Amino acid sequence: MLEMVAKIFSFYRDGFRQMTVGKSLWKIIFIKIFVMFAVLKIFFFPNYLNSNFETDKQRGDYVLEQITRSVANTN
Amino acid sequence: MIDVDPSLVNWSRAQFAFTAMYHWIFVPLTLGLSFLCAFYETIYLKTGNEEWKKITRFWMALFAVNFSIGVATGIIMEFEFGTNWSNYSWMVGDIFGAPLAIEGIFAFFLEASFFAVMFFGWNRVSKGFHCFSTWMVAIGSNLSAVWILIANGWMQNPVGMAFNADTARFEMQNFAEVVFNPIAVSKFTHTSSSGFVMGSAFVLTISCWYLIKRKHVEMAKKSIVVASVFGLVASVFVGFTGDEAAYEVAQKQPMKLAAMEGLYKGEHGAGIVAMGIVNDAKMAGDVQDSFLFKVKVPQVLSLLANRELGSFVPGIDDLVYGNEKENIMGVNTMMEKGRLALSDLSAYKDARKNKTEDLAQTALERFNINKEFMGYGYLDTPEEAVPSVNIIFNSFRLMAVIGSLFPVIFGAFLFFTLKGTVTEKRWLLPIGLFTALLGLLAQQAGWVTAEVGRQPWAIQGLMPVKVATTNLSTTSVQVTFAMFAALFTLLLIAEISIMLKQIAAGPEGH
Repeated sequence: MLEMVAKIFSFYRDGFRQMTVGKSLWKIIFIKIFVMFAVLKIFFFPNYLNSNFETDKQRGDYVLEQITRSVANTN
Repeated sequence: MIDVDPSLVNWSRAQFAFTAMYHWIFVPLTLGLSFLCAFYETIYLKTGNEEWKKITRFWMALFAVNFSIGVATGIIMEFEFGTNWSNYSWMVGDIFGAPLAIEGIFAFFLEASFFAVMFFGWNRVSKGFHCFSTWMVAIGSNLSAVWILIANGWMQNPVGMAFNADTARFEMQNFAEVVFNPIAVSKFTHTSSSGFVMGSAFVLTISCWYLIKRKHVEMAKKSIVVASVFGLVASVFVGFTGDEAAYEVAQKQPMKLAAMEGLYKGEHGAGIVAMGIVNDAKMAGDVQDSFLFKVKVPQVLSLLANRELGSFVPGIDDLVYGNEKENIMGVNTMMEKGRLALSDLSAYKDARKNKTEDLAQTALERFNINKEFMGYGYLDTPEEAVPSVNIIFNSFRLMAVIGSLFPVIFGAFLFFTLKGTVTEKRWLLPIGLFTALLGLLAQQAGWVTAEVGRQPWAIQGLMPVKVATTNLSTTSVQVTFAMFAALFTLLLIAEISIMLKQIAAGPEGH
């Protein structure tokens, strides 16, 4: 079992080491994922309902309020 | 009337369209090029000819560049759902949760296992297992697209669900009905096969560049043969799946079809407009001509829309104002029913809040009578149900015209390459050079037709986009739009420059 794990580990390790253009591609992937998750997601794209309400019940009530606003406006 | 700032809705739509269109630069190439890599490697496995291994590794390197730049660009759309479209994402969470989770898990295991073998496994695993892994990546990438297209198909034709007035969510009732939704099935077959065309067009473009430059000529010719066969078969298949997709649109989204054809007055034995210039001033219900100029082929639209010559195809006016003779309920009538549904839903909400159970039950029963029209209750005028005819008519034709060129292009390349004279056809090679661009244009035009064509709906008939948006400030959406534009432009420049370097280096340079 351990031998198997070691083989898989060395497979990935050697694969990454031997990459040529792949190294640039991985850099792009990591920068992109960092920008997306550590910057955009946290500072610019919070989940509106999750960050403003604590329970699903509150979220459901809020959305129900939103989608029936047109009726309230005409009454 | 719902008090949402129209500029907020438009900026949110523009941002989503921008990210989706950017994402779709990479996806079709992944779908098609993955299969081409599998074909090249299978030939290598069967023949043992090292030239085919070189060819496989070259296209695999370009596949890797495309994949790595494109990967995760789709996640941005999920961010946008949570921030800009919170009402929508809450309401569809139960329907989309399962397909998107399956897609995520599937993609993760695929990428962690077979992808690694595909790129790290040369000379380290057996040839057979390596080839098997390449096939798994191709099949897996395409199956991964199934789930997101099921989600999109559901938005165009919401089936297999029920609206829960307590939770304000559409809840899945029948998984099979959602998965085998006819719109989703035709969307998947049409989209994946058009991806195969895109991959083949890409190979043709790069190979033609080599032939024009007289570099790597043998590799280019071999690549062209396989890509032309695949592209020819796929482009003919795209025609059939496109026909099926149009038939489903005619049955489930007749307004979209009427807009695609610029058809205002419904007709028995309706003709199809082969080419024309749309009169942009024309509005539903007025007496102006819908075209400034047109060439029409009689009867064909009826045949395509209903599989029956002489059958009735409703026009925009029939759908907006109704047509009793043809038993078509107009948007104006649906708006009345929709407003009743919303009024009853509101009454149910209030009765529940006041804990008056009898009133709540009565309101819920009344809501259930008209709930299928609830989306129409948000429209301010019947004409709001009409999408932009000019955009859809032209984008549909752009897609169809380019699509019909592909069998001819692939057929010509296959013929002359097998004949051994392709390098002498100096008129043909520049055409090949532009096939990838044509493919990309057709891909984008197809999605514009599908998505602009279903406006004003986020969920067909149930939720217009103006209700789906979060009540944010327009400025915050404008700021994130600008950030995406900058980020995505940088990524695109990175992809193009890395890809150009790889292409310049040729098969020896990966």
